[in-house]
Amino acid sequence: MSYASAVAALLRKDLLLELRAKETLPAMLIFVISALTVFHFALPDGSNHTAALGLLWIAIVFTALLGLTRAFVPEREQGTLEALVLTPCDRSAIWAAKALSVLAFLILAEVVALPAFAAFFSGVNGRTVAAVALADIGIAAVGTLTGAMAVAGRARELILPLLFLPLSIPIVVGGIGASVQPGGKYLLLLVLYDAVFTLLAWGAFEYVVVET
Amino acid sequence: MTPSEKYTAAAYLVVFVGVLAYVLIIASKLQRLQRDVASLVEIARAHDEAGGNGSG
Amino acid sequence: MTTYDSPVMRPTKDNRLPMLAALTTVLFAAAMALIFFYAPTDQDQGLSQRIFYFHVPLALTAYVAFGWGAWKALLHLWKRPEEADLESYVAIHQGVIFGSLVLLTGTLWAKISWGVWWVWTDDELVLFLVLFLFYCAYFMLRYSVDAGPSRANMSAVYALFGVVLIPISILAIRLSRTIATQHPEVFKAAGPQMSNAQFFTFCVAWAAMVSLFATLYNLELAGKRLDAHLRELREILT
Repeated sequence: MSYASAVAALLRKDLLLELRAKETLPAMLIFVISALTVFHFALPDGSNHTAALGLLWIAIVFTALLGLTRAFVPEREQGTLEALVLTPCDRSAIWAAKALSVLAFLILAEVVALPAFAAFFSGVNGRTVAAVALADIGIAAVGTLTGAMAVAGRARELILPLLFLPLSIPIVVGGIGASVQPGGKYLLLLVLYDAVFTLLAWGAFEYVVVET
Repeated sequence: MTPSEKYTAAAYLVVFVGVLAYVLIIASKLQRLQRDVASLVEIARAHDEAGGNGSG
Repeated sequence: MTTYDSPVMRPTKDNRLPMLAALTTVLFAAAMALIFFYAPTDQDQGLSQRIFYFHVPLALTAYVAFGWGAWKALLHLWKRPEEADLESYVAIHQGVIFGSLVLLTGTLWAKISWGVWWVWTDDELVLFLVLFLFYCAYFMLRYSVDAGPSRANMSAVYALFGVVLIPISILAIRLSRTIATQHPEVFKAAGPQMSNAQFFTFCVAWAAMVSLFATLYNLELAGKRLDAHLRELREILT
């Protein structure tokens, strides 16, 4: 089985599972809308557009965290991860498929969240959309790796935010910067982050899921 | 003392207290290791008396 | 006698600890003498400038520790020497200790120089906080996974993420800064911005810090090895 077909097969499995169980995506959608509602009340009257954009990025990062905590739970509960590790395909294919499914959920959640943000607060410009798209790649790549680490431990869901949030700070800096300031340097930072961490996560994943 | 002196003294003190606290923690770990060794010696003695009449 | 094949049962080779400890003591005594009796008092900042002689060497040593930890992590994933995981962990532990001392001395200096405990506009301060949080998560990860090859691999991967995060965070924090940094830039491309006497004092202080790191690193490592020896002995006996 070629690498691409292995990734495609694993990805189809994840998407089918979600289609049947409908656990992750509805939760992410409801969470992101609830978060935006909470933020409306958290923002004092007369707050400016910049503050609202900051909250949009908080909503995106935490919605992603919600999806990531669920990403490896079915694998753990049914012991599929061990089985997957034993299959002859390259182990990084597991990471690639999982990252792509996380990315798909995240994009679907944002397709709802960005218009909702525009309706609740103020419009989003093209740079913000580009930044969100670039940030999603980095979040999915790093988040999938840290998610696989977190699920191996005893603390499970508790530890993922701790592992992920320090790593997400450059994403938030790049995202906020691109949203509020003209010019492409923040988008370039996001591109750089995506390139470096996607490569690193892709190369490192096989060490994280070692058969014991 | 001027504020400048106070803060400088505090900064140096913080470093030394930090290192001292670390040494204290290591010392307490050392004590635990000593207790471990003592209990292992006991176990080894018990083994020796139970099993090996000739060898001891 | 029984020969032990286990890697942790190897007798400790030449013990460097007493020598390192002696060196650290001498260097620290020299550094303190130089800092308070030799280095000239700064004309702008006065006495509090002397915090610099501990603060900056602590920060540089913390980076050395994180770098060393990442190097050992890379070795672990690459050539799999037996002790690399433990060495990587101990180095990062030391890095976090030095890092918290950097944050503490840094806030004291900020208070006396700028009148506030914390400024978000300062690159190095924010970077150190990010790194500090990152490496705290490293410990949480280690404590939540049972000891074994899987934990060693995960710790190594996470430690490697740390050294990649450092340059990217520097870049991100530099970009996010809206006004010019307040942090004194001592090391510029043209060379250190201080007198020869100050620079010499700084170098001795840094040597003392690196030597302190080496001493504590070896001390903690010796303790951990002893712990592993005893655990193995207990397994053999019971």
